[in-house]
Amino acid sequence: MSAPAVPSKRARVPAGGARVNVLYDAPGPRARRRNAVFTVLVILAAPAVLFLMAVKLNEKKQLDPALWTPFLRGDVWVNLILPGLLNTLSAAAVAALIAVPFGFVFGIGRLSGHAWIRLPAGAVVEFFRAIPLLVMIFAVMFGGNAILGLTVTPFTAVVIGLVLYNGSVLAEIVRAGIQSIPRGQSEAALAVGLRGGQVMRMILLPQAVTAMMPAIVAQLVVLLKDTALGFIVSFEDLLNAGARVLPSNFNNLIPSVIVIAIVYIVINLIVSAIAIWLEKRSRRNRRSTARPVEPPGAIVAPGSATGAPAAGVSLTD
Amino acid sequence: MQALLDELPVILQAFWLTIRLTLASAVLALVFGTILAAMRVSPLPVLRGIGTVYVNTLRNTPLTLVIVFCGLGLGLVLDVSFSTSLSTNYLWLSIIGLSAYTAAFVCEALRAGINTVPVGQAEAARAIGLTFFQNLRLIVLPQALRTVIAPLGSILIALTKNTTIAAAIGVGEASLTMKTLFESHGDAVVPIFLGFAFGFLILTLPTGLLFTWLSRRLAVIR
Repeated sequence: MSAPAVPSKRARVPAGGARVNVLYDAPGPRARRRNAVFTVLVILAAPAVLFLMAVKLNEKKQLDPALWTPFLRGDVWVNLILPGLLNTLSAAAVAALIAVPFGFVFGIGRLSGHAWIRLPAGAVVEFFRAIPLLVMIFAVMFGGNAILGLTVTPFTAVVIGLVLYNGSVLAEIVRAGIQSIPRGQSEAALAVGLRGGQVMRMILLPQAVTAMMPAIVAQLVVLLKDTALGFIVSFEDLLNAGARVLPSNFNNLIPSVIVIAIVYIVINLIVSAIAIWLEKRSRRNRRSTARPVEPPGAIVAPGSATGAPAAGVSLTD
Repeated sequence: MQALLDELPVILQAFWLTIRLTLASAVLALVFGTILAAMRVSPLPVLRGIGTVYVNTLRNTPLTLVIVFCGLGLGLVLDVSFSTSLSTNYLWLSIIGLSAYTAAFVCEALRAGINTVPVGQAEAARAIGLTFFQNLRLIVLPQALRTVIAPLGSILIALTKNTTIAAAIGVGEASLTMKTLFESHGDAVVPIFLGFAFGFLILTLPTGLLFTWLSRRLAVIR
């Protein structure tokens, strides 16, 4: 907690915010007037747009209180929405618990000194990253039945698909995390007589894990979002509750999809907040020589060599 | 294997739809994402706020939900109609969903790019009297765009894979066609799966290579 502040790091964060303002001067009297006029116009336009939307919704009877009041009833939440939420969360949790070890095994495998481990691990990771998750889920559902004669439940298909795809992405994060450690570390460890496996276990992994934690958690947000694909294979998840169960009871598709979207956003913001917290913590941590790994979804512009602006863009606003 | 050859015309047609979905959504997402990025760096706090809320909302919502909302909410409940043909209508509704979602990521990529343009560039532009829009259009965005070619390529690849989610509202692109073929050729699941997997590899690998090459070719040398 009380790590001494590094001046260069502190300076970087405000710089990221201030840079954008460089696009325009501090407004003078005329610019301030013009900005005020535009602000008023936008503020006036927003209710106008909202009003038009409301008119359209009203025309289709979507503002009828009967469509919205179900969300004020406890039994609707307990009987219809929470079971879906529980399924979504359990699919995400099971998939995450398998995908993280999968990622470590294949990420470390890709760095192995033995070609017969390195090449297959690389092939698996590249294959599952290149194929759309939905195609994988369909393949598991139908393939399990056709090849093995098993009845694959939607839950299983979704979890297997999520594990293969996100596990492969996590493998790349693990690889990047380990590679972000200066080579001198493993050279020194080899020089004092450690074996390859010992170097990985005692020197590289402990440092790499702190560097890749934020990226791993950010990927778990993606995993959580992707559970919604289960909707397409009739997995009874949160989206299913919002887009099939509730509308069939109350005929309120638009209100229920909006409410379900808010639930998803809140959950994802909570997990993202954990990622941001971990990122701040690992930036403070001086014991690791590794640089924080950018989440694969994050947009890292080449040239932002510090890694700071892009990381800020990816998660914080 | 035979099933794969027999159904080749159907498969090619499905992938052609995937390609059209990808290209149409990519163009719309690029335009809308650029507007969003301009809003997020604009001098007006209101516009910045709207841009921020939009990006954070869309990025934290599952794409399946966005597309279901577009297809069922806009299409069925609100009767938003682009064409009298039902399948064309759902095609456009899914393009709207895909581009609305992808625009949020394009916006973030461009914003990251704007951050890499040296401060001196924008300062010099202001010093010679360019307005905010001139500054953005003539000086900052062209340089920003060239630094984020590679991330935009990743977004395009993700979009190509995401078009499969249009299956949620019955658009007959590659993944839905694969499911249909699984049902009609229960004995050839593996060859059909490998065929479609290969199809996606053909779409995504060259895109990746092209954008890597472009990003090197167009990189701003500083």
